[in-house]
Amino acid sequence: MVSRVTYDYERMALAGCQAVCEPAFWAGFDRSSAAGFYDYFRQLTEHEPKRAARFGLKHFCWLCINAKEAEDVKLAGEVIALIPKFLNRPNVLGIGEIGLNKNSRNELKVLEMQVDFAAWHNQLMLVHTPHLEDKLKGTRLILDVLKNDKRVRPEHVIIDHVEEHTAGLVLDAGHWAGMTLYPETKCSPARAIDILETCGQERVWLNSACDWGVSDPLAVPRTALEMKKRGHPAAAIDKVIFQNPKTFLSQCTKFRLSTH
Amino acid sequence: MTRQQVLDLYFLDARHKLIEVAAFLDRVERAPGKDDFRLEAFRTALGKLNGRQREKARRVLLAFSDPTKEPILAATGKGAAGAWPGRNG
Repeated sequence: MVSRVTYDYERMALAGCQAVCEPAFWAGFDRSSAAGFYDYFRQLTEHEPKRAARFGLKHFCWLCINAKEAEDVKLAGEVIALIPKFLNRPNVLGIGEIGLNKNSRNELKVLEMQVDFAAWHNQLMLVHTPHLEDKLKGTRLILDVLKNDKRVRPEHVIIDHVEEHTAGLVLDAGHWAGMTLYPETKCSPARAIDILETCGQERVWLNSACDWGVSDPLAVPRTALEMKKRGHPAAAIDKVIFQNPKTFLSQCTKFRLSTH
Repeated sequence: MTRQQVLDLYFLDARHKLIEVAAFLDRVERAPGKDDFRLEAFRTALGKLNGRQREKARRVLLAFSDPTKEPILAATGKGAAGAWPGRNG
């Protein structure tokens, strides 16, 4: 995870983490050209796997131009044209984290371009839903884009950062739903478990936000502990935090863990 | 879990958060100036906590959400405010 230090990798390994799956995301500032993305994709496919391996962690990644940098459609086209050079690298799972940020026309256009790319290349998709007040509208727009492309297999798409008002929409459309855990804002471990208890455990997974804001790489193990406190059996906890992500990601033949 | 077990596990944490919300409202009402769309949305969202209707978390999220369906013309910033400013925002 380019945004994290080795101490985080060590703690994740100590907590029993087997692998890290890192989407291509915003750098905290707008990259100035497609060359910036080219270097970033090299970092994700060459450097980070070696850094994670020092702690016994397998590293996988997704590639795309993220929604925060999608207002520039010309740049987006140039970045998408770079992706084939990296698509066959051994740790690349698919296209992500595509999606919407402010729900603008250009963001929607770039989302459509990347869905088209992913469908053409038969790739899994990881999709970002906007934050806070923009999430409901963005989720609806995203679901419409996916539904309108008949090549898209719903079970090949995970739509991330669902909350109470969007989880049902995503699951009803046949996609996977990701709940991203933050310590201060957005979805907490307790709320994530509430969503599991109301929506069920099929096609859902939990992930720890590990971006530039306040986030906790151990949020998933902490949520597992919270599930245990609530009396969920070990098999149910294992299903949500390990078997479900493994099931989804194994749809990419490159996803292999060393011990399973 | 039984209701008693849920209360045993979460009541003190929820009580703490409710007091934080109350303190936030005291703080903002002590401060000079007008409410803006965020506080108006916050007060609307608070109303969703009353009564015995289910799915309170979902109703609160909907109270803060943009209900429109068409994409905006252009993104003028990166971040989200936490509440929808309305059609004139």
